[in-house]
Amino acid sequence: MGSEPTTAAEVADGLNGCDYLADEGLATAVFLAMTLNRPLLLEGEPGVGKTETANALAAWTGGELIRLQCYEGIDVAQAVYEWDYSRQLLHLRTAEATGGATRETADALEDELYSERFLIRRPLLRAIAAVEGPPPVLLIDEVDRADDEFEAFLLEILSDYAVTVPEIGRFAATTPPRVIITSNRTRDVHDALKRRCLYHWVEHPGFEREVAIIGRRAPGVSEMLARQVAATVAVFRELGLYKPPGVAESIDWSLALGRLGAAELTPAITQASLGSVLKYREDQQRVADQGIGGLIEQAIARAG
Amino acid sequence: MQADEIAIGFVNALRGAGIDVAVGSSVNYYQALGAVGLGERSSVYWAGRATLVTEPDDIELYDKIFHAYYGHQALVATPVVEVTQPITLVTDDDGDDEADDDGGEDDPGDPSLTLRWSRHEVLRHKDFADYTGDELDEAHRLMAAMARIGGTRRSRRRRRTHRTAGHPELRRTVRAAIRSGGEPVRRWYTEPGERLRRVVLLLDISGSMESYARALIRFVHAAVVGRRRVEVFTIGTRLTRITRELSSRDPDRALDAAADAVTDWSGGTRLGDTLAEFNELWGIRGMARGATVVILSDGWDRGSPEVMAEQMARLHRVTHRLVWVNPLKATPGYQPLAQGMSAALPHIDDFIEGHSLHSLERLAAVLADDRPPAQPTPTIGAAS
Repeated sequence: MGSEPTTAAEVADGLNGCDYLADEGLATAVFLAMTLNRPLLLEGEPGVGKTETANALAAWTGGELIRLQCYEGIDVAQAVYEWDYSRQLLHLRTAEATGGATRETADALEDELYSERFLIRRPLLRAIAAVEGPPPVLLIDEVDRADDEFEAFLLEILSDYAVTVPEIGRFAATTPPRVIITSNRTRDVHDALKRRCLYHWVEHPGFEREVAIIGRRAPGVSEMLARQVAATVAVFRELGLYKPPGVAESIDWSLALGRLGAAELTPAITQASLGSVLKYREDQQRVADQGIGGLIEQAIARAG
Repeated sequence: MQADEIAIGFVNALRGAGIDVAVGSSVNYYQALGAVGLGERSSVYWAGRATLVTEPDDIELYDKIFHAYYGHQALVATPVVEVTQPITLVTDDDGDDEADDDGGEDDPGDPSLTLRWSRHEVLRHKDFADYTGDELDEAHRLMAAMARIGGTRRSRRRRRTHRTAGHPELRRTVRAAIRSGGEPVRRWYTEPGERLRRVVLLLDISGSMESYARALIRFVHAAVVGRRRVEVFTIGTRLTRITRELSSRDPDRALDAAADAVTDWSGGTRLGDTLAEFNELWGIRGMARGATVVILSDGWDRGSPEVMAEQMARLHRVTHRLVWVNPLKATPGYQPLAQGMSAALPHIDDFIEGHSLHSLERLAAVLADDRPPAQPTPTIGAAS
């Protein structure tokens, strides 16, 4: 990326150059997030490419991708910073052995122990304290898995892009990182956090876009097969499955078919590779009940 | 019309329709319009989607308001007259004063109301509000009792302990070691913390449950206010999430909001289908995982029992404890013969009679008992 983008179309082109095909809505949201310096909260069905957006954004802008995977019970020590305790203890022992650890020097020793030398930077601190090069892309993945206390803490960091480490001082970002937050909506993200962010609901792509995405991500697959896969996946999504396949599954399936040397979808090859697109036994059963042959015929007619 | 007036007008139109837009978001919107320009209709659309909408459920409404507000003409043109009228009024400062006077609630003189979207045409509005004094007292006791339902589970977050074994707490240990010449004489430890399990309440509001509706809705309100990590949905004809509506501490206001949100009071019963919807949109995705799920229903279902059985099995596989509270169970000679009920029965951990719906505190106590059902407790096990 040269300079800051001035239109949403530029963002779409840029991401496109990194093999990510963003529609107008997403491109606009990313453009606005970059221009207004706001975090972007992406929600959507699993497998529609939320996380991938951050990857593409990092590849395009040249910023480092810093990823924070959220999980239940994540806290400051894993997200922001931690002290390297074993090195601190070793250092103490050394001081003791060389006679440096007396009651009188305890304060000096403490200052030494709580200096940047013993600080382990976790993703949030790394994103904020980054100094050189383009601003990093901070991906806070699946924020809904973290607990609400962590969210409140996140809010504090995202509102002024600064972190205070009591023993050292304040780290403030010179250029704020570009923040992408994803959520699968297993619970509501707090309103206060939403207010800080721009929001985009990521939809499944339309047929032509999905064909194009498969073409990009599974380059060995013929145009015809890509169309058939996209159409079949679209048919699957209408069956009311437990886990309707997302774009990620379309890509996986295309790659699997390519590896199997398929030139086009047949019932036999579909049956053999069904596990890469449908991941519930009940879903596979439902597709089998409907008749794989019929579904594929229907899809091929649609693919044109 | 200036860009800022257009922006404020549109935001007010959204608010009038019931979308919750924070002040900060409208500022973002104005800036976003500046960034994308007013030339392209779709840019204006997406600028609003990114800054003003924070819930996928609001997208449909946003679309409607967008089309009504920006019309089908070029965007630089003045918006349609009918809509302009209330908007210019609302942008006046008096609008704010008014809101202060009456707490921002439905003032009939508030001009933004003229735009209010009639989403609830089919609603048979339920009047649950107007708590009597006794009921208020009971509600407060109930909230306290609710804090204990659903039980706790081990958290991944560790806490400091005074025990002298377990996982070392190095931060403290190092601090102490500095004072003792580098020797970690005093060692600190952590143990896993505990946190509340999520409780998901699924409230059947179909016709056959009508006589219990008031008690039930008071019960779930007390749960939402009294305990953290509670989610409430109504099932029946449609799945509606009412957790947010119930989150006001003032029961009258909360119940009003909930009644507004639900559009199918006393409708027909499609329990299995709404359960499927819950599983798909919320439950399996994470909300029901490891949670205590409580279904409050009489089990009348006009849908197919296979669907019911399948969905209950699915739900049961991800939950910690699946409880069914049935108000009919206390009736002498009751047999779970209702099709939906008998289909669901094999997948239930606890089948509780809900005559205690008349004594909500007792129901709360039964739900608070997180022990396996094989060990009934004589003291609080409601008349079984």
